Amino acid sequence: MSSEKKQAELIKEISGVNPLKCMKCGKCSASCPSYNEMDIKPHQFVSYVINEDIESLVNSKSLWKCLSCFACVERCPRDVKPGKLIDAARQVVVRQKDQNYLLADEIPELLDPELPQQLLVSAFRRYRR
Amino acid sequence: MQRIGVFVCHCGSNIAATVDVSKVAEMSLMEPGVVHAEDYQYMCSEAGQAKIAAAIKEKNLTGIVVCSCSPRMHEATFRKAAERAGLNPYMVEIANIREHCSWIHKDMEEATKKAVILMRAAVAKVNLNAPLQAGESRVTKRALVIGGGIAGIQTALDIADAGYEVDIVEKTPSIGGRMSQLDKTFPTLDCSACILTPKMVEASAHEKITIYTYSEVEKVSGFVGDFTVDIRKKARSVDMNKCTGCGVCQEKCPSKKAPSEFNRGLNTRSAIYTPFAQAIPNVPVIDREACIKFKTGKCGICSKVCQAGAVDYEQKDEIISEKYGAIVVATGFDTINLDKYDEYAYSQSKDVITSLELERVMNAAGPTHGHLERLSDGKAPKEIVFIQCVGSRCSDDRGKPYCSKICCMYTAKHAMLIRDKYPDVNVTVFYIDVRTPGKNFDEFYRRAVEQYGVNYIKGQVGKVIPQPDGKLLVQGSDLLDNRQILKEADMVVLATAIEPNPDVRKIATMLTASIDTNNFLTEAHAKLRPVESPTAGIFLSGVCQGPKDIPETVAQAGAAAVKAIGLLAKDKLMTNPCTAQSDILLCNGCSTCENVCPYGAITYEDKEVNDHGIRETRRVAVVNNALCQGCGACTVACPSGAMDLQGFSNRQILAEVDAICR
Repeated sequence: MSSEKKQAELIKEISGVNPLKCMKCGKCSASCPSYNEMDIKPHQFVSYVINEDIESLVNSKSLWKCLSCFACVERCPRDVKPGKLIDAARQVVVRQKDQNYLLADEIPELLDPELPQQLLVSAFRRYRR
Repeated sequence: MQRIGVFVCHCGSNIAATVDVSKVAEMSLMEPGVVHAEDYQYMCSEAGQAKIAAAIKEKNLTGIVVCSCSPRMHEATFRKAAERAGLNPYMVEIANIREHCSWIHKDMEEATKKAVILMRAAVAKVNLNAPLQAGESRVTKRALVIGGGIAGIQTALDIADAGYEVDIVEKTPSIGGRMSQLDKTFPTLDCSACILTPKMVEASAHEKITIYTYSEVEKVSGFVGDFTVDIRKKARSVDMNKCTGCGVCQEKCPSKKAPSEFNRGLNTRSAIYTPFAQAIPNVPVIDREACIKFKTGKCGICSKVCQAGAVDYEQKDEIISEKYGAIVVATGFDTINLDKYDEYAYSQSKDVITSLELERVMNAAGPTHGHLERLSDGKAPKEIVFIQCVGSRCSDDRGKPYCSKICCMYTAKHAMLIRDKYPDVNVTVFYIDVRTPGKNFDEFYRRAVEQYGVNYIKGQVGKVIPQPDGKLLVQGSDLLDNRQILKEADMVVLATAIEPNPDVRKIATMLTASIDTNNFLTEAHAKLRPVESPTAGIFLSGVCQGPKDIPETVAQAGAAAVKAIGLLAKDKLMTNPCTAQSDILLCNGCSTCENVCPYGAITYEDKEVNDHGIRETRRVAVVNNALCQGCGACTVACPSGAMDLQGFSNRQILAEVDAICR
């Protein structure tokens, strides 16, 4: 299996998304608040995974422009949820750098009382499986 | 000892590619009673049936096993073939080596092994088969149509024109259904009422048709050819025979706050009302929830103004019981509830409406008298956005997985009608795919684009945001130009998915008619028996079977009528001889079987029995073979093993199990 294919499989596995379910309605791109900041648009994430062009996806601006607001995840009528795909692509990058997410047990030690609660909540939202 | 013949079908390559058919035939010769075995390419063909007939005669067979497709497919075919050759048709057994074997396995060796086992089980059963004689049952020459929309009306007219009595049961106060709510119809743009009302009048005037409006089916018993149906005629509070339909009561009624069902709740109606001016019958009903007289005991104005003395506050629901030979379901559809679709702001803004609501807005008898205006402030809109596929084609838990089929066409119709009547109004349609197969349908859609300048954008809408100034900000995709669109609109129209009328579940249960996961009634065969339910004597008409437009509905209504007529034209029907029998010596009189029988076929009688020389009177179960449908529930429920099903006796079934486990 080529490394691109492996990465595409990995993204499907992490996200739990079957990109073939997409009917190309564009509701994700219609919902995205970061649309204008993105080079690859949310509805295109799906075809990049299908075509196994993960290289372009992980090097895109979009990877870090997605706010994880989950509007596309909530509204996708086909259970494809492009937000989950881009989130999985981010994880692939993180793993490549030989890192991993924090474990829940490690968090209390790192807590800074000055840290806004909102930040924690959004971090959990972004990185929940 | 039986003399059994085994016939193994190749079904072209359907079976033969996965199952070694000649081996199955060869192995069968080792089974007890088997004196003849052969395999052939297509057993169901004329040549195949001839082979069976020849073997029966030459080898003097007393029973046969056909190893082929599902008995649902060809059991009847092979039974008839055997009967023609002089064999009792109930001496035929089918071993399903296609659906249950070759189609679901890949490995030839394993599949062949399984096919041999299935053949063995069938042979073991035939060894215990006994000839059975089908009885006869009568056919009541009257049909019931449930639902009085265009589907029900057309079916009733077609059956009645063939000379049979038909009753229509309609839940609402008038027949007419959804079609009566439509303004214009595609693709010809003729007025819906103009083509529907003559049919309504024809149905009500037809001497063979009886219409029960404001009525519901309460209970169904019996079986094909001989159904007994209880119909609840809800209290109308108005005497149908006395009322002249003058309408004064509706004018004078002081309670005018009930939402009008006919106008989709966009305006209100009086408590005593007919749903619309052309209602049939033109006799109002009193909505007792809204009526002041019923709520407080004071008022009674309608009764005072009624010259005919037709208002009757004391009227009660009445239940009538009728017999029918055939039942046609024509319960139609409704639009889905949009509560789960917050993003379209349907519940937040009065100017976001469904397409069916737009029909009422554009209709002269509607809440705005046919003027296109915003329902929030009555202003004329300048920008209208249509959103397609709202709740259709969804695989999530919010919508429906199917295409609602009619939306592309009615949206093109709405867009065109608006551009025609109000040329200064801009119309934008957000679509995913435009699906317009059908005679003159794509031409119709193209006309909206080419002649009427309707702006079609490929892409779904993500959100509709009501603005403080009353406008609606529509955020959508333009996938072909790869941009996100923000567009201000005055009105948004949602092409809302359709679903079967929610009542259909209740009705299907009463009829024991099967229903799919989307509540559409299932056909007996998706291609070859599309208007029949698998339950004998039940036929399907209109959207209760699947989404369809008016021309298709009318065509299907006619087809359902023909099937019903085909049944009513018979004087007698052959009954299934595979019915239950009770052994009065074993029966302990516990009534368990009577309680589980869905057909009311079991009663208890006091009978004289001779139990090993002891003569006594015992209360024992008796099966009415005319009512028994052979479901077998009683045989399983009977604690003493007294109930047995002819053709599927406990002994036969255990012999099959033994053969499989051998």
